[in-house]
Amino acid sequence: MTASFLLEVVTPNRLVLSQDIEEITAPGVEGEFGVLPGHSPFFTTLKVGELMYRAGKEQWYMTVTWGFVEVLPERVTILAEAAELEQEIDVERAQRAKERAEERLKQLSPEEREFYAAMGALERAINRLTVASRRS
Amino acid sequence: MLSLKALRRRIVSIKSTQQITRAMKMVAAARLRRAQERIIEARPYADKIREVLQDLSLRTDPDVHPLLARREMKKVELVVITTNRGLCGSFNQNIFRRVERFVRENRRVYDDISLTIAGRKGLDYFHRRGVSIIRDYVNRFREIDYQAAATIGKDVVEDYIGEAVDGVFLVYNEFRSPLIQRVMVKDLFPIEPLEAEPDYYPVEYIYEPSADAILSELLPRYVEVQVYRALLESVAGEHGARMTAMDAATENAQEMIEKLTLIYNKARQSAITKEMMEIVGGAEALK
Repeated sequence: MTASFLLEVVTPNRLVLSQDIEEITAPGVEGEFGVLPGHSPFFTTLKVGELMYRAGKEQWYMTVTWGFVEVLPERVTILAEAAELEQEIDVERAQRAKERAEERLKQLSPEEREFYAAMGALERAINRLTVASRRS
Repeated sequence: MLSLKALRRRIVSIKSTQQITRAMKMVAAARLRRAQERIIEARPYADKIREVLQDLSLRTDPDVHPLLARREMKKVELVVITTNRGLCGSFNQNIFRRVERFVRENRRVYDDISLTIAGRKGLDYFHRRGVSIIRDYVNRFREIDYQAAATIGKDVVEDYIGEAVDGVFLVYNEFRSPLIQRVMVKDLFPIEPLEAEPDYYPVEYIYEPSADAILSELLPRYVEVQVYRALLESVAGEHGARMTAMDAATENAQEMIEKLTLIYNKARQSAITKEMMEIVGGAEALK
């Protein structure tokens, strides 16, 4: 029997995923980190990025947009502001969002507050596209 | 006494009103189901945040965080959640009455009480009454989702940190059952101390970057979650109230239709009788 643990991804709107898996790689604020079964209790914040999870030979990706991870030996809970499975991503929408954000960035200077909002939007859009491109 | 024609027109008009109220009742019932699901779906996230905060309260010094600071309560803010649309019985009136009671009872306790309003009905009502409204969220949200709650949450967090207010209360309708809503006044700030339950067995987490840093990221989210919860409860309550109100309206319409039909039939019959009498009378006269 291979060791596994339960991964749960929760957003304010819904339970995105609840699945037994064997490994994850998550985008922590202090850098990407991996979790295997039996990890010691750990709690950190996440940035915008992709979450990889694997069971056996299959692996999947999803986007996470800010959040927290609670790691326990037999369970990992991710509280994200937003999360999407790879098959849920609307590529066209992400592409449009990316172009819009790039357009805005050209007109704004880094002193403006808007600039960071646009940067954030760009980051999220690129992240969605990256995760979507994992789809084979 | 109305003429036959007027009566008939009246009945037809009530029937079409009844059709509308019946349709609205059905729509509200469907939306209510969806709203109830959303309350349930939001639970795991809220529970988890609460749990983690309880754990953090054991290992951080709560006095250091500005959101946990307690000040003398001089200026308070009420976040009043009402609906955009009417036809939902006394749903909004109950909120207005509660807010007014709060203001009456606490006029001497606090130096200043101001309102933040979500929902067009609330804005209309309080605008007319000249209460000080610091901000409203009418036409700000396309739909009631987490984003909306986050916007409100961020604003009140700013108010509290900037010391514009010393306390914040949420006034909303809590969803009890499809038939019952209860007006709640819940304190959002100062944040009630989250003490771990006595039987809580702490897990020795490694916090990264640090427990303090995580606390300051989590607290604003905790506020957002509470606002979100109130919004969802209010939405579910609104649909419940509308369903009940429209059900009553449909029934009243039915009653009126029956009554008017009876009057109509009586009037028709007496008209026929009268006509016959006239014919008989006319025939009699010709003899």
